[in-house]
Amino acid sequence: MTAAFLRAMIAVARKDFRAEARSRELLSLMGLFSLLSILIFSFALELNRTARLEVVGGVLWVTILFASILGLNRGMALEREGGGMDALLIAPIPRGAIFAGKLIGNFAFAFTVGVLLTPIMSALYTVPALQPSVIGALALGTLGIATVGTVLAALIGATRARDSLLPILMLPVALPVLIAASRASGGLLTGAANADAGAWLLGLALMDAIYLLVCGALFGFVVEEG
Amino acid sequence: MALIEIEKLVKRYGFVPALRGIDLAVERGECVTLIGANGSGKSTLIRLLCGLSKPTSGTIRIGGWMIPGEAEAVRAQIGLIAHKPLLYEGLTGRENLVFFARLYGAKPDRVDAMLERVGLSKRADDPARAYSRGMMQRLSLARALLHEPDVLLFDEPYTGLDADSSATLDSIILETRAEGRTLIMALHDFERAARLSSRIVLLARGKVAHDSAEQGAAVDAAALAALYAAAGGSSGRINP
Amino acid sequence: MEAARGAHPLSAEMPASQARTGTIALTVLTILTIFGVIFGLYMGLVRAGTDIDQGSVQRIFYIHMPSFFGAMLAFGAAVVGGIMYLRTRQHKWDTLSLAGVEIGIALALVNLVTGAIWARPIWNTWWNWDPRLTADAIMVLTYAAYLMLRSGIDNPDTRRRFAAVYGIIAFTSVLMVLIIPRIIPTTIHPVVIGPVFTSSELAQGGFELQATAGVGAALGINFIVWMFLIPITLLWHRIRLQNLADRVEAMKTEALSS
Repeated sequence: MTAAFLRAMIAVARKDFRAEARSRELLSLMGLFSLLSILIFSFALELNRTARLEVVGGVLWVTILFASILGLNRGMALEREGGGMDALLIAPIPRGAIFAGKLIGNFAFAFTVGVLLTPIMSALYTVPALQPSVIGALALGTLGIATVGTVLAALIGATRARDSLLPILMLPVALPVLIAASRASGGLLTGAANADAGAWLLGLALMDAIYLLVCGALFGFVVEEG
Repeated sequence: MALIEIEKLVKRYGFVPALRGIDLAVERGECVTLIGANGSGKSTLIRLLCGLSKPTSGTIRIGGWMIPGEAEAVRAQIGLIAHKPLLYEGLTGRENLVFFARLYGAKPDRVDAMLERVGLSKRADDPARAYSRGMMQRLSLARALLHEPDVLLFDEPYTGLDADSSATLDSIILETRAEGRTLIMALHDFERAARLSSRIVLLARGKVAHDSAEQGAAVDAAALAALYAAAGGSSGRINP
Repeated sequence: MEAARGAHPLSAEMPASQARTGTIALTVLTILTIFGVIFGLYMGLVRAGTDIDQGSVQRIFYIHMPSFFGAMLAFGAAVVGGIMYLRTRQHKWDTLSLAGVEIGIALALVNLVTGAIWARPIWNTWWNWDPRLTADAIMVLTYAAYLMLRSGIDNPDTRRRFAAVYGIIAFTSVLMVLIIPRIIPTTIHPVVIGPVFTSSELAQGGFELQATAGVGAALGINFIVWMFLIPITLLWHRIRLQNLADRVEAMKTEALSS
């Protein structure tokens, strides 16, 4: 990576953080949705203690995934609103830097929501959630979701169906990440001896690496106009 | 060698041709207006020139750099003003310009100078969302001029502007001409085209139908209207 | 890379003799496939011995499993088509991609339905939320999303480009079907081929390949038929159909704009 690439990537990410610091639109949208989702799950599943411990990882990750989709949709709408994406595309910067910059933003928002959510879930469901390894699973899991999401959100921006299509395109593709992440954090959350947790985290890291390579290579094809 | 050289440029969307072979050379300092009906290929040509879209075949050479192939170097020499502002409404005017200065590697002190030049110094720290259409377009001008581009492209820049903002845009266009920049504009308005530009190119159905430089004729609105009518207006169906 | 893009279908027209050779080859292949299906059914339903535990129900495996691998081949063709389209921008690769996805969906549905029929007597239910079944269903839905994405984009170049991108990403759902039962210990779906990384003691309805006479031969024949013959024949037909449709479209455009 050249210095110019890094400069452009950081500029794009800083732009997203600056806009978010001003409006707090994405984080409040995703945060509020996540809280509602946790509440709905706990009512809908009528969770007793044992059941809670078993599903808590799944609830956490389904919530994070849906919140991410919501945030990605809104983020892409903001990017397109004033023609911002076109402005990025006519700037003399590599497409990869746009991808990396947007990815940093998307990842940071999803990760923040996850980190805020964990202690809340910890309190609501009385499970020991605040552990370094859970944070590790959060970091790797949200990175995977954000990677796929950055490409698919860019792709959705140019279709007729717009927002409604993103969940349909994204859920199946994010499923491997979802499974690995909930396995990794599920065992950790219950406090049960989970010998597999390390292996799941490793698998998650591997998946992230593959997604980063594939999506990084494909992003240029998505934003360029035919 | 001319600053901008377009050779055998063809652009198709699917099977639908938008440009059917454009050859055009623009010298440094010229101000070329593209006119033509909707679907004649004006906007497509502008999009190709700024690298937003890739040619189906043919080449564009700007300042010695080639599209396709060296699109990044070409984009560094170009400023684009479109009917969309190409700005972030969630940021302030100043933040927008600071961001684009970073992308283009322009000096940060250019930001204040540009805000001054387009008359937005007082409102620079308001969110762009609160700007009027005219202010947005002026900020857009500031963005396009930040990196001192050799070539300025305008794609229907007057869309939705009131009389005041149009006058500001007029004067800035004339100023940039005086600075020796090369301008290419897609316009609808014959009167304005005749007043601002040194050369008029009429596009019809994706081809150059008339070029005032070749004919050596003086540019005036009445003549343009006649040519426009003669070119047969709309070819329909083309959807850029 | 730039020079080769966007071949006009009219300009890519094949000489008549070559087209005729292609048609003959396709006809031969089609007949071969039809006989292959009949022969495969004969081998599976008549020649192969009856399974000791499951009885005749087990015979559905001769179609169930090979059809999944046929779907995998077709989805794989979609990935190849996607990558090649992005590199060359030649329409034929996009056509391969589309054909691969459609035929993959068809074979995956065969796989799902035969699986459900088998599961009714063996697991005593048409459907359970076994990880592999779920992954299989999600795979079909992923490719349904692919078709939906295509129909949501009007500009044909954009459609091809985005479909190529999503077709490549969507292949992860196929890999999931292969990987999930090997890493999730709670599956009851038997793993018949390949290594198993966790215990499949829970698996119900597995069978030994060598246990009964003629099983190996029947499975082999059906693999050839369902994994290769059927997908390749259908792909060929689908691509031919799409080429004809594209030509009609191109001639229509030509006629309208002249």
